[in-house]
Amino acid sequence: MLYFSKLRIILIISISLFFILISFNNLFSSDKRYIDKKINLGLDLQGGSYLLLEIDNSPVIEQKLQNTATLFRTFFKDKNIRIGNLKITNKKILFSVESQFKQNVIEEFNNENSEINPYYPRFKSHQFDIKDLGDTLELSFSQQGLVKLKTSSQDQALEIVRRRIDEIGTNEPNILKRGNDRVLVELPGLDNPERIKSLLGKTANLTFRFVSNDNQDSFGVEKLKYENNIDEDFVSKRIILSGDNLLDAQPRMNNQTNETVVSFTLDRVGAKRFGKATSTNIGRQLAIILDGKIISAPVIRDTIASGNGQISGGFTFQSATDLALLLRSGALPAPLNIIEERTVGPDLGQDSINAGMIALIIGFSLVIIFIFVKYKIFGLITNITLIINLLILLGILTLFEATLTLPGIAGIILTVGMAVDANVLIFERIKEELKNEKNNIIAFDSGYTKSRTAILDANITTLLAAIILFFMGSGPIKGFSVTLGVGIFTTLFSVYFIARLLTSIYVSKNKNKEVSI
Amino acid sequence: MIKFNKFYTQFNILSSVMIVISLLLLVFKGLNFGIDFKGGTLIELRTLDKKINISNLRDNLKQMNLGDVSVKKFGNDKDYLIKFETRNEDNSVIEEIKSNLDKSFGNNFDFRRVEKVGPKVSAELLKSGVIAISVSLAIMLIYIWIRFEWQFSLGAIIALFHDVIITLGLFSLLNLEINLSIIAAVLTIVGYSMNDTVVIFDRVRENLRKYSDIKIFELTNISINETLSRTLITSITTLLALLSIFFFGGEILKGFSLAMIFGVIFGTYSSIYIANTVLVRLNVSQKTVIKEDEKI
Repeated sequence: MLYFSKLRIILIISISLFFILISFNNLFSSDKRYIDKKINLGLDLQGGSYLLLEIDNSPVIEQKLQNTATLFRTFFKDKNIRIGNLKITNKKILFSVESQFKQNVIEEFNNENSEINPYYPRFKSHQFDIKDLGDTLELSFSQQGLVKLKTSSQDQALEIVRRRIDEIGTNEPNILKRGNDRVLVELPGLDNPERIKSLLGKTANLTFRFVSNDNQDSFGVEKLKYENNIDEDFVSKRIILSGDNLLDAQPRMNNQTNETVVSFTLDRVGAKRFGKATSTNIGRQLAIILDGKIISAPVIRDTIASGNGQISGGFTFQSATDLALLLRSGALPAPLNIIEERTVGPDLGQDSINAGMIALIIGFSLVIIFIFVKYKIFGLITNITLIINLLILLGILTLFEATLTLPGIAGIILTVGMAVDANVLIFERIKEELKNEKNNIIAFDSGYTKSRTAILDANITTLLAAIILFFMGSGPIKGFSVTLGVGIFTTLFSVYFIARLLTSIYVSKNKNKEVSI
Repeated sequence: MIKFNKFYTQFNILSSVMIVISLLLLVFKGLNFGIDFKGGTLIELRTLDKKINISNLRDNLKQMNLGDVSVKKFGNDKDYLIKFETRNEDNSVIEEIKSNLDKSFGNNFDFRRVEKVGPKVSAELLKSGVIAISVSLAIMLIYIWIRFEWQFSLGAIIALFHDVIITLGLFSLLNLEINLSIIAAVLTIVGYSMNDTVVIFDRVRENLRKYSDIKIFELTNISINETLSRTLITSITTLLALLSIFFFGGEILKGFSLAMIFGVIFGTYSSIYIANTVLVRLNVSQKTVIKEDEKI
């Protein structure tokens, strides 16, 4: 156990030096680094915001069912099959057909090449499941149909969230999918997420619809409130123009009224439609509706054919800027709810770094002093090993650009405390062996051999705990499991290669003297 | 040689009593779950004006109709921790608190940390925490079962449950908050406790093979003594590291390091007085280990 070949010694030294050099990389500013890697600080250390958003898919489901119902009603009408009692309740479509057509209809839905019910060969499933309830038929999303719908609205939401955050211009935002109906947003360095939260909280669904004077027709008309929540107007359900047709939107100052407005530019299709609608409806009020609330309802005075227009509605400069931003980046497919939020201010982050470092230095010093007092020369070996161990650990974290969190620093300190365990096990064993064995080399050798199973067992148990934490934990806790887990490997390396090398050098120099631990 | 085995029975009784008390506490008093597991809002606030104190801060927040608000000092005189249950999906509550406090006390606040956990997320976090602890206990069980004879496995597992239950019991008794980092601490305790037990068991098994004429009652005592200095040194260095986190690592790590400190103390105690006594009660002998070896 004590013999090292030259090649092995060179290998050990070069591996150690490699990681130690990488760990020093963190001390330099970015332009002086020899490789472009460093440890990332977690949000709890550098400050920033963590937001977990959940997509509320129920309006999307509702909308999709509505579309599907319209679609298959026309489809069967063309085949002279009348769909009756069409109703959407509880995320299901209920309808009835004359009994002689029932089997036909069911078959039409279950056909692999169905025009009205797409089939996913990958999942071996249709979009909708049809159920025969006797008098009525029930159409509902299949499991795969729902998954498809959720992932597609998640994809869209992710894109829109990214655009909105990019517009605000924070540094290095992290926007990730979670599950199939969540989006995780990490914003380093941001200490006041209120603006982003309010921007992400809006669907930004913009529509232009005529104000209706005919409030008897309840089918094509709905009553909507103004932004001030007091005034109301009846508005046609027919959408003249939606936010999809917008090319650009900017906040502007209207020189005539001295009011902040949002000016917009429409795409070609939108401009054409807008021109036509305005030319035939001069004198009518056109309501501009955002997320179910009327911003304003100006009277059309002239045909607007240029595709340029402006929205006024008592904006402040800030609210006009935000609205323009929302309109530029597009509407979310569904509302987002913030279900988890964690924000750490930059000065608390700095305080945490300082506290963590002080705890690390003090903990490290206490352990080193204790071990030195206890084991003298072998304590020195242990301590050298411990320092190299710590540097290699930092080197590995740097190489993989791991994220260091406050619990992660605790993990490093804990590693220091537990890393000595392996050396202690070995030295205690050697001590016992020396009682019966006069030959130093044999005693040391068997000390190493006999303590090995206990050391492996001990480290495997801790490693298992770290692995479970890594997969179950989130955010800062994950950082803890990473340092704890990586610490086990560096500990084993430094104990079995570095400490053993140093021990073997010492023992072979003092072969015939009495060695005491 | 210290006669640890003289007190096997007494400490077994003590541990049983502690476990029963812990279980009673856990059932009747319950744990003080933080917002991670209960949902709600937490604000860490630093005041820049010395005139602001805890009672006028509390009065001010009471007027805001936030429900059950708790205001506590956090570490020093300037920092406060405010906690309340979030009732609805109202996203602007923090902004409202900010403007309300600014109005009453002037612009003298620094919101150092804000955490808001919705009911759905907190339920999921609790569930995954419970799963994490259960899975880790199960994996330790499997590992120890592969490594050792069943008598040893049983001893190690009883010691493990002993440590986890009493640590949680102590948290219940002292009304300390359970949050995500406590779960991390409990998992590390599981690893540490196992580690400690395994080292002693390794020695017990070695000695069982070596001596056929020594009874397990004596043999465990010999093994404990042989590994005692290692047990103590490792516990001391780990405690030194943990104590420095506790005293210098900042308020956020206090709960975590405290749980670990309890865990290390109980873990060390249980590997001596719980794990070994299980071997004694099951009357483990040389046959136990030799038979297993022959099978392989």
